[in-house]
Amino acid sequence: MTAVAVYLLVVLPPLATVVVSLSPVRASVATWCNLAAAVIALVASAVLTGLTISLGPTVAWGGYLLLDPLGAWTVLCVSIVYLLSSLYAIQYMARETAPARLPRFYALFAGFALTMFLAPTMNNPGLYWIAIELTTLVSTFLVGFGETRESTEAAWKYIIIVSAGITLALMGTLLMYWAGTFVLGDRYDMTWASLTQAAAKGDDVVVELAFLLILVGYGTKVGLAPMHTWLPDAHSQGPTPVSAMLSGALLNTAIVGIVRSLPVVEAVGRSGVGHGAMILLGIASLAVAALLIVRQTDTKRLMAYSSVEHMGVITLAFGFGGPLGVAAALYHMVGHSLNKSLMFFGAGNAAIVHGTKHMDDIREVLRCSPVSGGLWLAGAVAITGAPPFALFLSEFTTVRAGLASGWWPAAVAMLVLLLVIFVGFLNHFRSMYFEPRERVVVARSLGLLCLAPMWMALVPLLVLGVWWPASLQHVFDAVAAGLLGAGGATP
Amino acid sequence: MTFTPLSAALFSLLAMVSLILVFVMLGSRWLNNYLYAFTAQCWVIAALSAAVGYYGGYPELYLVALFTALFRGLLLPYLIFRIIRRMAVDRELHEIIRPSSALVIGAALVVLALVVSRQVGLSLGQPGDVVILALTVMLSTKLIGFLMLAVRHEAISQILGLLVLENGIFLGSQILVPGMPLLLELVILFDLLIAVVCFSVLVNYLISHAGSTSSLRLRRLRG
Repeated sequence: MTAVAVYLLVVLPPLATVVVSLSPVRASVATWCNLAAAVIALVASAVLTGLTISLGPTVAWGGYLLLDPLGAWTVLCVSIVYLLSSLYAIQYMARETAPARLPRFYALFAGFALTMFLAPTMNNPGLYWIAIELTTLVSTFLVGFGETRESTEAAWKYIIIVSAGITLALMGTLLMYWAGTFVLGDRYDMTWASLTQAAAKGDDVVVELAFLLILVGYGTKVGLAPMHTWLPDAHSQGPTPVSAMLSGALLNTAIVGIVRSLPVVEAVGRSGVGHGAMILLGIASLAVAALLIVRQTDTKRLMAYSSVEHMGVITLAFGFGGPLGVAAALYHMVGHSLNKSLMFFGAGNAAIVHGTKHMDDIREVLRCSPVSGGLWLAGAVAITGAPPFALFLSEFTTVRAGLASGWWPAAVAMLVLLLVIFVGFLNHFRSMYFEPRERVVVARSLGLLCLAPMWMALVPLLVLGVWWPASLQHVFDAVAAGLLGAGGATP
Repeated sequence: MTFTPLSAALFSLLAMVSLILVFVMLGSRWLNNYLYAFTAQCWVIAALSAAVGYYGGYPELYLVALFTALFRGLLLPYLIFRIIRRMAVDRELHEIIRPSSALVIGAALVVLALVVSRQVGLSLGQPGDVVILALTVMLSTKLIGFLMLAVRHEAISQILGLLVLENGIFLGSQILVPGMPLLLELVILFDLLIAVVCFSVLVNYLISHAGSTSSLRLRRLRG
């Protein structure tokens, strides 16, 4: 039960922040309350991840809560981004918004974090679906927070496309449950484990159809191509801390649903279809990202398409499967969470310094803001998968997993597309950093709190890039054992 | 669940009425008619829940039927009606395809859904006509819902399109998985309510910030 107590320490502080921020308080109270919640949640989720390894998975609250290594790891990734963006938000939001609106912002912000802490730990696939739907409903208002014409358009597209998409996942979940009724009888507990157990003797066509629906449904939320169309709009129009949360945290929580459904389709003996479909969507996402990254003109949209790319890589890694693929995917999750936060903060700082998100008007970044610009450039090198940063290690491991599992054409395609993205992405940075400035802009200065979160993201990225900690490998092994053990046959 | 001839006939009738109501929505261009058809469909689903509860011996479905009737059949239409009143439009102004063409495409989608359901049925070994029918109605409501989302532009049409998607799932689940945990059904109902409230706030945003409730006018962000 200690795991449950620690989990409460993850979810209660954001809940308290929501309550405090909704009551009539000063903006500063909401700000610091949110920051304190983020710190507590990060510490608690790190402890929680350790506990799920040492104590094994815990099921609690009448079977509705599942604290296992995969869920805890995702919660940890969310809390990292939550803390970084809360820090960044302090000065950024004070600059962007009227103080009167700040408590509302923090209520939504903490509520968004809360829904993302809940989703990965849901033991009931139906409740997981609800939690994912709630993340959409809360974050829509964060996307539309600017109350401009563009942000309203982005919010509307976001809620309509994602809500429509994930109804497919609900249908898939019900069909999976239906397939189980032929084995376990009309009424049985709906949990990931019971679905997997029932599928071992269930009907393969129904489960296969159900898995594909779930993949497309949650794939919409993950931002896999060709269901990614909402993502660049939503990620570019929200305030910068929100962009970081959407990109670094939310997408991971949605991928958990796909990963937890994968053992079900493996149990029914159709692992080829399940893994193949994931690999196909992963490659499609990389291809779409490669084509569209080249022609972006807006910094935040560039980062958004980079998210499509990295979700493609994570989906590929899970699709390749095996202990190696799972480890690569989880390592990529945390690397992407750190790196994408760093990139959005850099874009936010550039918008403050240069007064625009338009890349053609951002020139000589290093001269205008040496520290922020330097960190942003390092982050750009890191996010394209160059050594010595974390994403290089995880992408390298993904390719190894692809070769080991026999999906080598996909691994080769991934390498080629990553190369295209590397060139396309860094070319934008070349012109922003090294092309001479045409018009004179008055560079504005940045506060310390706009820089600190960037350091806090870059240093771990560098450390994780040269050192794959054994303690993390224990987590990955435990997740892989849970996923592969449940499904029985590995591909 | 085993079906007696009477219960099978009743379930089939209700499922078919629901499918016909989807076609009524597909064929109408006035937002009010659209809303009435949606309301009627919700009541049909509530009746189906009660019927399944009675003939299948699932007393908790009476509760689901009651909540479906109250929430989906009364509260949701009322909320949507309030949104319609706030807007300046009462019908689809710019149709990508005419309602008559949409009906033909809808019919083709039903055939597609039937083929898929038959295929699933073959794999299960004769599961009974009601099951095939439920699966067909569920899939075709889903497909037609997506068709409506794709070809209609008014904010209200898109909200109703989403709710039709959910209705399809809800209807299918009553027949296919009546033993589904009660908690889940109630939470989904509640979630729908929150979703519609969010939509209603967003429509306000659209009116005040975008100046239009048609998604045809939402084209600033692209590429």
